[in-house]
Amino acid sequence: MKEENKIILSMLVKNESGVLTRISGLFARRGYNIDSLSVGETDNPQISRMTVMATGDDYIKEQILRQLEKLHDVVIVEALDHSHIVTRELLLIKVNVAQGARSELLEAVSIFRAKVVDLTPTSLTVEITGERSKCEAFIEYLRPFGIAELCRTGITAISRGSGILTPNE
Amino acid sequence: MKLSGAAIIIETLLEQGVDTVFGYPGGAVLNLYDELYKAKDRITHITTCHEQGATHAADAYARVSGKTGVVFATSGPGATNLTTGIASAFLDSTPMVAITGNVATTLIGLDSFQEVDICGITMPITKHNYIVKDVRKLADTIREAFFIANSGRPGPVLIDVPKDVQIAKTEFTPAPKVAVKKQATPSINLAEAVELISSAQRPYIYAGGGVVISDASEELAIFADKIDAPIGTSMMGLSSVRSDNPRFLGMSGMHGKYAATKLMYESDLIIAIGTRFSDRATGNKKEFSNGKKVLHIDIDPAEIGKNIPAYVALIGDVKTVLAELNAVLSKAERKDWAIRVEEIKTCPDSRLEMDPYNLNAETVIKAVNKYAGDAVIATDVGQHQMWTAMYYNFKKPRTFVTSGGLGTMGFGLGAAIGSAVGSRNRTVLFTSDGSFHMNMNEMATAVSFHLPILIVVLNNNALGMVRQWQTLFYGCRYSNTTLNRKTDYVKLAEAFGMKAERLDDFSKLDETIQRGLAHDGPYLIEAVIDSDDKVLPMIPPNGTINDIILKG
Repeated sequence: MKEENKIILSMLVKNESGVLTRISGLFARRGYNIDSLSVGETDNPQISRMTVMATGDDYIKEQILRQLEKLHDVVIVEALDHSHIVTRELLLIKVNVAQGARSELLEAVSIFRAKVVDLTPTSLTVEITGERSKCEAFIEYLRPFGIAELCRTGITAISRGSGILTPNE
Repeated sequence: MKLSGAAIIIETLLEQGVDTVFGYPGGAVLNLYDELYKAKDRITHITTCHEQGATHAADAYARVSGKTGVVFATSGPGATNLTTGIASAFLDSTPMVAITGNVATTLIGLDSFQEVDICGITMPITKHNYIVKDVRKLADTIREAFFIANSGRPGPVLIDVPKDVQIAKTEFTPAPKVAVKKQATPSINLAEAVELISSAQRPYIYAGGGVVISDASEELAIFADKIDAPIGTSMMGLSSVRSDNPRFLGMSGMHGKYAATKLMYESDLIIAIGTRFSDRATGNKKEFSNGKKVLHIDIDPAEIGKNIPAYVALIGDVKTVLAELNAVLSKAERKDWAIRVEEIKTCPDSRLEMDPYNLNAETVIKAVNKYAGDAVIATDVGQHQMWTAMYYNFKKPRTFVTSGGLGTMGFGLGAAIGSAVGSRNRTVLFTSDGSFHMNMNEMATAVSFHLPILIVVLNNNALGMVRQWQTLFYGCRYSNTTLNRKTDYVKLAEAFGMKAERLDDFSKLDETIQRGLAHDGPYLIEAVIDSDDKVLPMIPPNGTINDIILKG
């Protein structure tokens, strides 16, 4: 049995139009699922950093890496080692809740180290940052209250220690 | 020196050594064609009848010459007509640069007349593509496109140039062409490979299109002698080994020669060189590599382990890697294996043939083989293509032009045009009634440019390959494959201004072929063959050597 694992890829890509389409298109046409994707400019405005989470065994991981490396816009791509990374995701969750039921929610917000970012007489919007598992636990906790809206950024990740992702020369 | 974008395109093409382009004019490339007019003593433009024909021509031009194929097309339908040709080039790793015009940048995104997002459309079938919206970036983009098309595993690159960018002027600074560096192999891997080869009892060389592309035929022949191994090829690998080389077994795979496939199964080490183990070549992948090791040599790291797991991989330019291996390998002898190879090569199953006294694909192809010298052979796609791969004896590299990966029916005539232009040599196109009907309009191009092309239409009045599958796997239910077309090929060719004749008498075979080959200019021969002739042997899809069908 091949083990299906979460693959976390970190890559530096050229900050040009069409890059996101090229990368997501490659996943789509080769039949690899993207679980989450986040992208943003780096300290060098010509380069963006992209974090992609996908699911697959070692064969799929190797293929994704090799195929991504062939794209002209991909400067470097690396599969991150799960035991040696920091991953974060940001969630914004809106819960429709009457004033009376708030206290229990606010307690959870504090325990999860989340933050209330908006409050109305009938709703509460919370921001939470953390590893995917923490975010998911928070969602599960809130589910019985009735989640009105939820949006998540997808994970972003960086390796621990002094190692850095730099272009090969 | 200030130049317009259109003039910059021409100047940078000249910098890259381009002297021939294929294409078709239109509204969004008027400026480009205006500059081409001024440069007509430096660049020859072959105007085809349809943009698809132009891409196949550019593709074949690159395959026979080793240069980069260049194709021009206008925006919208001009650009979309390129797609099948670009995809064919992509699957067969041909270096090609396609330049399309587009509507002015101010009109992009407004569904303007003849506007299409050709970069979006061709993203999955190009190595890279560009839309150039700033004339100052145009020259470097074209230079980079040529570099990408030729570096690593070659492939097509498309550059979309909006009309206002062709008109706008900027300072142009000439720059020399940047050569692509050959990759060498890390010595650790080389030692592992040598160890693997030395320990093999029954090594088998499986050569692919990469051997042709990297011009590694000589190195391959030396390598085979050194390790005392037979050579089979993929279809794309045909012409990489002289067919009179005693080690050459022919093409292996679904429609391979019996010996080539059988011995591949019997080997304990497959040395795969410049090939990606297509499903048509391997059949059942699990059985294919069962009980044997694979040494995979390829320039594209993504091919290692993609279809068949590799025990050892050498990543790099095939010619360089083989030269490195040849330098460190000592001469080996494998007598038992050589005896077995001879045994299989001469066994009855290896000597199947069609009736030698009748008009059929084998007799026709062999007659051409007898008289055509070192002409380039082009094909369309289907039974005639497999028959050509099986029966034609290729004498030197880059003399077989066929659509392997994409299997593009309609590839042939455009390809024959590009081949005749690129090789400056006679090209024989083997085609069939099915494929020929797809792009026969290019007969006009062959006539206009007076190209030395002999078209041999193997007319079996059917879509033969599909019909063969219907016979074998669909209970002879011939759904839409019996063509019964009333096309008179001779009259048709003559209407285009081409000499033609019909061949339906075996006794006239040799003289007809000789007449066609000797003719100055394009010539068409319609050779009438039986609808039920099959391509054999055949290994059914996902099958193994045990499933091989030898007789119809």
